Parts: sequence; structure tokens; C-alpha cells
Amino acid sequence: MLLQVENLRVGLAGGPEAVRGVSFELAAGDTLGLVGESGCGKSLTALALLGLLPEGMAATGSIRLAGRELLGLPERALAGLRGDRLAMIFQEPMTALNPLHPVGRQVAEPLRRHRGLSRAAARLAAKRLLDRVGIPNAERRLDAYPHELSGGQRQRVMIAMALACGPDLLVADEPTTALDVTVQRQILDLLLELVEERGMALLLISHDLGLIGESVRRVAVMYAGLLVERGPAERLFRRLAHPYSQGLFAALPRLGAGAGGQGPRLSTIPGRVPALTALPPGCPFAPRCPLAEPACADWAPEALAVEPGHAAACRRLEAALARPEARPQAGPGP
Amino acid sequence: MSDLTRPVAPLAPAQGGPRLALRRALGHPSFLAGAVLTGLVLLAGLVSLLWTPHSATEIQVFNRLRPPSGTHWLGTDMLGRDVASLLMVGARNSLLVAVAAVTLGLSLGVFLGLLAAALKGWVEELILRLADFGFAFPSILLAVLIAAVFGPSTTNAVIAIGLFSVPVFVRVARAAAKAVWAREFVLAARACGKGRLRITLEHILPNVAPTLIVQATIQFAIAILAEAALSYLGLGTQPPQPSWGRMLNEAQTLIWQAPLLAVFPGLAIAVSVLGLNLLGDGLRDLLDPRLSERR
Repeated sequence: MLLQVENLRVGLAGGPEAVRGVSFELAAGDTLGLVGESGCGKSLTALALLGLLPEGMAATGSIRLAGRELLGLPERALAGLRGDRLAMIFQEPMTALNPLHPVGRQVAEPLRRHRGLSRAAARLAAKRLLDRVGIPNAERRLDAYPHELSGGQRQRVMIAMALACGPDLLVADEPTTALDVTVQRQILDLLLELVEERGMALLLISHDLGLIGESVRRVAVMYAGLLVERGPAERLFRRLAHPYSQGLFAALPRLGAGAGGQGPRLSTIPGRVPALTALPPGCPFAPRCPLAEPACADWAPEALAVEPGHAAACRRLEAALARPEARPQAGPGP
Repeated sequence: MSDLTRPVAPLAPAQGGPRLALRRALGHPSFLAGAVLTGLVLLAGLVSLLWTPHSATEIQVFNRLRPPSGTHWLGTDMLGRDVASLLMVGARNSLLVAVAAVTLGLSLGVFLGLLAAALKGWVEELILRLADFGFAFPSILLAVLIAAVFGPSTTNAVIAIGLFSVPVFVRVARAAAKAVWAREFVLAARACGKGRLRITLEHILPNVAPTLIVQATIQFAIAILAEAALSYLGLGTQPPQPSWGRMLNEAQTLIWQAPLLAVFPGLAIAVSVLGLNLLGDGLRDLLDPRLSERR
């Protein structure tokens, strides 16, 4: 197994926890989508994998990359892995590139850092990478500055940068959220194509259930620092088991829905994500859950099997599966 | 000199091309005025290397205290030296001391400031407390101390003025660097496996450079003023090397007989300091696209 995360907890030292015991595995060539609302801890999970947590935050548990424990590794050793075995793509291609350096130099950077390539060799490699990620006129674009590129092109540059050393694991944190809708699809397709081509493992983080459903093999739904549901994408979307996943899916706008007052009204999940300092003792979703019973407030969430490989942490699993929302009519996504 | 710790936005490379940058610079009144005044002082200093109207050190007792005339443009002092020549050589001296002192303060201060921002923790605390101490310690007292221990000289004046500007650069560099460290491209650089040293050199320093340039300009003006003050007190430039501060000191006793002797060096100091301050203000506006758009 390439990546094994066990009981990962992330929080302020001695303070509230934002990630409260997350476990998952990722094999080489596998793709896992992590879905959840803002503040559910998905980005912190990603940053913890690379050892890039913000100041004051600490992670406990276990993160093993190809059997090697990453938590507690000294900064120097982690820096040697980042950009080489582990790579990350960020949400904002506008701000994730240094405005003062030409993009070619930034793409070549990991190669020079980890492979010790000469300037000329790294430049050649950068040109090939830019070619591969579909930047037209790559030779000339090497010397362009980030502000001379469009958002989509910048994200392509970020992808080229992340792939430079051929990492084993690619973490993409909302890679298409900041882009135009027309470009989103292209970038995602490019990403998936490259993952397939190079046999990398991909952890794709998004708040967009539709996007995740179309692109990854396995899905994990996160809420208030916990994984509430997980399973193979096609099975999970055929039978959404957790009321939270059902709510998320129902909140997706669908083409034709509501047009001319015909379709069903776009639904929302009532209430809001609980503050980290005021987490309910039992199931964190209970205060917003339509199926909640008083006992839910004391029930420590544990994963219950829906079918082989598909599990959800809901005390009222039977009732949840019986809801019409458990079987979305249309396929995932617009 | 309003809010100096506010980080200046990074220079966008080749934004609109150098020609536009030049046009914007020429259209900025305070930058233009500052550049002209500073250029004037710089020119006087440079020309004095090759030519002065008269020798700046030659004493002609029979020619003393002459009013301005065709031969002596600004008159002569109590030893018969040509005031215009003295001022020109004094400009060179002032600039030299200021450049050396600011270079010293800038390199040491920026090094410590970037170190504090990069390492954080107790290193940052220690550096900041040292900077606080530097701020609290009176600068003239420091200069007197250095002069008393090592003897008054130009070099010691440079050291005293340079050390005095270190805390300013520490604070400005650290504050600006902190702001850059928080940006996403630094996180992206870390995700590429870069260490703190390389990030500091490749990402932080270029992005804080505009802020530092502005601060250096202001600090330059302060250094010129400080050099004049030290020389006035006899702790800076030593005779026979001409210096604006010492010219003021010498003119003091003759203030009623020959007031112009005090006016000219005073004017020279005022013009340089004003010019550099205007230049600094102008640079800050020009290097900050957010400000220029509001204009």
C-alpha cells in the first residue's frame, strides 16, 4: 500500500481538533476523492500529508508513505520528499506562483532541487513538461511571467511543477475551484490523464460532489473532522448512505431542475457546520440531521458497512438508506 | 514618511514596460522633485572628485570672510577657503558616509530581519528584543560612546550611524517578510521541497526588496543628518576633510558677522534630506501599484 493514514488528528496544540481521527489507504494508481464543506478539515488533512501544517498546528496518528512513517520526520527529510515523492496542487493558481519568477524557472525548480539537473537540462525538461500539460508554444512560454498567463494556463503550470519529479502521490486541493467553468473540465481531464499515464496515486479534494463523482474511483465524505461515508464511487453514488452525503448531493444544482418552476426546489442542509470549539459529543451531524434521534447525540460515530467496501458512520443507517435521497435519480453531477 | 512597516506590493516584472514606468515616474511630482534635488547633491559630490572652483583645503588668510562674488561664488570662510568648493567636497563626504552607513545597517538589519521571519520562535523573539533595545538606546549617546572608545573618525561615524539604523531595517524587513511568508506561493515552494534558506533567498528577498528600497532612501536622509550632527559635535569627519556639519560648527561663532557661512551648509543639509525624503515617498507610491491606481 502506497499511503496509509491511520487515526490522523490535526489540531492546535492542546486546543480544539479540526481533524479528529481520519484513516484511509491509497494504492499506487488509485484515486481517492475527499469531499466536504469548507472547514470540515479536508485541506488540513492534505497539508498534514506533506507536513505543511500552519504554525501552531500539530498532527498525531500515523501517515505512512510506502511503509515509511512521515509524522515526526525531521523537516529536512520531509523537504526531501516534497516535490519529489509527494506533490501538491493548490486551489489558487493566481497566488501559488511567484509573480517575480518566469514560469519555466518555477517548473524546473523541483528538478534542480531533487535531481540536481543543470540549468540547461532543467529548462529542457520544463519545456517538455509545459508541452505535456498542453501549454501552446512552450518554448516561448518558459520565459513568461505568471501575470502573462490565463488562470487555466497557470493551473497547467502548477500541474507541470507538481509532476516534474514524477511523484508517487499527488494531492490536489480544489484544483479547479478558482477556474472558469469551461476550463475546469479540461484541467481535471488533464490531471486524470496524467495520473493514469504515470501510475500516480491521486488524492483529490473538493467541495464539489459532482466533480468528484465523475473523476475518482473511491470517495470519502468528510464532516466536522470525521470521515462519515466512504466507498467506491459508483457504488456510493448509487446508494448514498449517510444523511450528510444525501444532503450534499441534494444541494447540487442539476440542469433543468427548477426551470420555469417545474423541477424541485434546490435543497439546502439546514443549520451550519458546528464550530470546532462546540462540537456535539456524539454524531457531529445530529443537530442538522433530519433523521436524528436523541440517542444520536451520545452515539460515538463508527463506520457501519452498507455493502462490501462501502461504509457510513450513521446510527440510523437503515432509515437513511430507506430515504428517497439515498437513491439519486440522475447520475452525479450536472 | 507615513506607515513605513506597511509592506509595499512586490514589483510586477515588466508591468507595462520600462517606458511606461519612466513616464509614470516623471509624472509623479514628489518623485521628480526628490530625484532632482538628490541628483543635484550627487552631481556636486561627483564633480568635486574632478574639479572644484578652488582648492577646498587651501587657506588664504588675506582672503577671509569675503562675500559671494564672481571668483568666490558663495564667498570664503574665516580661513579664506572657498565655501562653494567646501560644500561640494562636503557633499561627497556626506554621501560617502551615508552610503557606507546605510549599506552596513541594511545588510545587517535585513539579514537579522529575514532570519527572524524564517526561523520564528525564540530566535525571532531574541532579534526583536535586541532591536527594541537598539531603538531605546539614544543614537547620539552611542556615537559619543564609540568616539570615546575608538577615537573620533569618519569610519567610527559610519559604524555608529550604521548600527543605529540596524533596528529599523530589522523591523521593516521582518514585517514585510512575514507578509510574504504567509502567501500561497511560499507554501507551494515548500510543497516543492525547498528549504527555508532557499525560500528566503528566492522568494522572500525579491518580494520585500521594494519595501527595503523605500526604507533605505529614508534611512539615507537620516544618515546624512546624523553625519552632520556628529561632525558638528566633532565626533565625525575630522579636519582638514571638509564636512557640512563642521562648517556649521565653525560658522557658529561668526553667526552675526557672516550669517551666510551658516546658511549655505544648512541649506545643503536641508536640500539633501528633503530630496531624499521626497524620493522615498515617490518611490513608495511608484512601487505600490495599489496606490498608483487610486491616484
